[in-house]
Amino acid sequence: MADYHWPPAEKRFLIGKSFTRLDGPAKSSGRAKYSYDINRPGMLYGKMVFSPHAHAKIKSIDTAAVEKMPGVRAVVVMFEPGKEVLWQGQEIVALAADTEDQARDAARAMKIEYEILPHLVGDVTPEKAGASHITAGSEAKEGDPDAAMASAEVKVEGTYGAGVITHCCMEAHGQVTEWEGEKLKMWASTQNVTGVAGEMSKALSMPAANVESITQYMGGGFGSKFGADPWGPACAQLSKKAGKPVKMMLDRDQELMEAGARPSIYAHVKAGAKKDGTLTVWESESWGTSGPQGGGNPPVPYVMRAPNRRTKHTAVLTNTGPGRAWRAPNHPQSAVITMCALDDLAAAIPMDPLDFFLKNLEYTGARSKEYREELLKASEMIGWKKKWHPRSQRQPGPVQRGLGLSIHTWGGGGHQSNATCTIHPDGSAEINIGSQDLGTGTRTIIALVAGETFGLPISAITVNIGDSHYPASGASGGSTTVGGVSSSTRRAATNAVNELFAKVAPYLDAKPGDLEAAEGTVRVAADPGRAMTWNQACAKLGATPIAASGQRSQDLISSGVGGAQMAEVSVDTETGVVRIEEIVAVQDCGLVLNTKTSESQVFGALIMGVTYALYEEKLMDEQTGRCLNPDMEFYKLAGLADIGKFRVHMMTGPGYDDRGVIGLGEPPVVSPGAAISNAVANAIGVRVPAIPITPAKVLAALEGPAATGRA
Amino acid sequence: MNDERDPARRDRPAGTDSPREPHAEDEQADAKGFSRRSFLKGAGVTVSAGVIAAEGLLAAGSANAADSNVAGPGAVPITLRINGKEHSLQVEPRVTLLDALRDHLDITGAKKVCDRATCGSCTVMLDGKAVYSCSVLAIAAQHHEITTIEGLAADGELSPVSAAFVQHDAQQCGFCTPGFVMAVTAYLKEHPNPSYEEVTHGLGGNLCRCGTYMGVREAALDAAKRISAGRA
Repeated sequence: MADYHWPPAEKRFLIGKSFTRLDGPAKSSGRAKYSYDINRPGMLYGKMVFSPHAHAKIKSIDTAAVEKMPGVRAVVVMFEPGKEVLWQGQEIVALAADTEDQARDAARAMKIEYEILPHLVGDVTPEKAGASHITAGSEAKEGDPDAAMASAEVKVEGTYGAGVITHCCMEAHGQVTEWEGEKLKMWASTQNVTGVAGEMSKALSMPAANVESITQYMGGGFGSKFGADPWGPACAQLSKKAGKPVKMMLDRDQELMEAGARPSIYAHVKAGAKKDGTLTVWESESWGTSGPQGGGNPPVPYVMRAPNRRTKHTAVLTNTGPGRAWRAPNHPQSAVITMCALDDLAAAIPMDPLDFFLKNLEYTGARSKEYREELLKASEMIGWKKKWHPRSQRQPGPVQRGLGLSIHTWGGGGHQSNATCTIHPDGSAEINIGSQDLGTGTRTIIALVAGETFGLPISAITVNIGDSHYPASGASGGSTTVGGVSSSTRRAATNAVNELFAKVAPYLDAKPGDLEAAEGTVRVAADPGRAMTWNQACAKLGATPIAASGQRSQDLISSGVGGAQMAEVSVDTETGVVRIEEIVAVQDCGLVLNTKTSESQVFGALIMGVTYALYEEKLMDEQTGRCLNPDMEFYKLAGLADIGKFRVHMMTGPGYDDRGVIGLGEPPVVSPGAAISNAVANAIGVRVPAIPITPAKVLAALEGPAATGRA
Repeated sequence: MNDERDPARRDRPAGTDSPREPHAEDEQADAKGFSRRSFLKGAGVTVSAGVIAAEGLLAAGSANAADSNVAGPGAVPITLRINGKEHSLQVEPRVTLLDALRDHLDITGAKKVCDRATCGSCTVMLDGKAVYSCSVLAIAAQHHEITTIEGLAADGELSPVSAAFVQHDAQQCGFCTPGFVMAVTAYLKEHPNPSYEEVTHGLGGNLCRCGTYMGVREAALDAAKRISAGRA
């Protein structure tokens, strides 16, 4: 009898090995059809007219002339006159035309009158923003920060932070919609194929059963694609009005203006320690901008929490596109604030930050043992003890090298997930789940788990995902997908194979409980010679397949991981240009299912990390209220020549594997900003207070002692 | 902004030079490689240089423009030779090659991302050279051999470059992948045996958000070996 638990290490034949992704050939040959690639017969192209103003009241909308323009088939007003738009890019009218160019012409010709109102778009402090633009701070206190600060032998004070960035998904937000009578089909670029169907039914006041949402391939979400958004229902309304399918994807400028922003977080920090390096106290006043509704409270101090602390956070409300979850929400910014302040504290003692972090690991809580292992492993990989030098020690010439480190955490767990498993009499096997593969390798993981359960290769499993008509599964966010789908698949497949055992046991003269599925056979576990092939066993089913189901199960998964990253950079002190020499990442995530795609996740996170540490920032113009860089020329992503050398080490084996499956999407993207910032400080001797660390900021830090962040 | 940063970042790989008009002297330039003159002429097929584009169109002898220096604004008949097959279609002169492929012909391997010749996701080959198809007008792509990713291998098969991308997991969401595969394919034609550093700089014309560059670099180097060994 198969049981649900993950097999012990010596019995795993797929889990923990390296597999290329199942959909790799479709993607790398251009045959994979993304939502953006769906072309339906008679399909129209949708465009949205959006507000060019950051804050304005809509006085009037005149669609009459536009409706007569060549090719225009439908117009839908999304935002009624009298209402206030709160950011540039907020959509007001949607329209559909025969060609995309006609739709764009029509959008440009739309007559909308605005009453322009005052705006605030800058990434500014609460003081600068003024009382009407802030949400009063939440305060927290632990221990006795005042006494601890007074008695601290070493103190530092500085300002640290991270500016606003966007998601900049390669595939823009949007969808294709098509009606068949009262039934709606939509192909959305979404991280939430099950949930988006429900949202559409609510927005359109129609039965959820009549909506089918399909996403076979999607081109990046990173936390910005959970909902139907205003454009989902608008697209469906255009389709209905025109009686034709409509494709409406955001243009790149709109994508960057409003389809996702990671809030900025800055903090003024005071931290103190004993001369021997014992961390004693933390005080911070933090703030950040996140669009009109404000952002969340950042978890500072992050991971390493001084015993005495006081924190206060104030949200600054701005007329910019609303914040959305961005891979590990709040963590990367909190890591920059905390790890950089602690690095400055170590420098002030003075002490090697590696020794400082190792000495204070008790303040990381329950997983301090793992952090120690990870820091030591990372330091060995990068050669920390050989390469590290005090900040005061400069190399000859303009180019300076430095090392920096950071540690991070994330939850994981598993979202609600339902799977059905079918074993057919011809031996083929299917798993159906209303989940989606964002490029993390979800399809491959599902096949791997089913294959492991059946003793069959990955290629023997058919995986059906990306359709809301499959059993409901959660949104892919917060590193919860792998926990959800691996446990629901494991249970569904186990239930199915146990039914198969019951069917074939008599033919093997055994009890169902004595059987196992392994090496392409169904056999008696204690006497493997008594076996039949998988196909022979399935043939005993006659005409009726086995259908079994399974749900996400907490006993197969876990939550709470750690990681350590170390960066080596070189900084040209004449130009301010920072180059990444090397980053090493050591990460635990419980039981690793597919080493190839898990390492790809970490590599990818490091590259995103380099981008937000050095290059990308959403820049707003306070005068006009407009985004200055809503394009990919000036909203900069790292290119191949920018990334340096990366190495990844996954913590596996006893103590890690036995925790079960834990997600990996978020954790490795948390530390790069802090580790790179610390490496830059180590290289040039002064702190660049906020990321992205542009050449201009490096030069400013080198010139101005006030910007060093040191007491 | 980081305009001061490493200038190598803005280098376009040799494989992504702009396409040229089929003038006789350019055919000579072909053999020798790229001259500044042929590059400037090549700019004639980019969207941003509309005036020169019309001139280039005349030179190419497009059906509708034979007696006039104006094409459109209405749709004009054009013929595109894509992956060895002729396609006749009607497009407005402003329609880009990318939109003609995706919206008119349902050839969707090339992706629309930046739509401004920055990210490379729309990369196709024109006469064997990589171009950003978002910045080539469809009418100007006539009389050229257009190769899209769909033309690299028969259905169900993988080109050596695509196979290397799978092997080295040079893809996550995969939306930039077809553009990268085309850029690598064109790059390796001109640099059949590149070094690690050459690949790093040579593929600077394409961007990825998920962060697949580690795999892309390995895949490009491995694909070079696969091609020289004559295997997929």
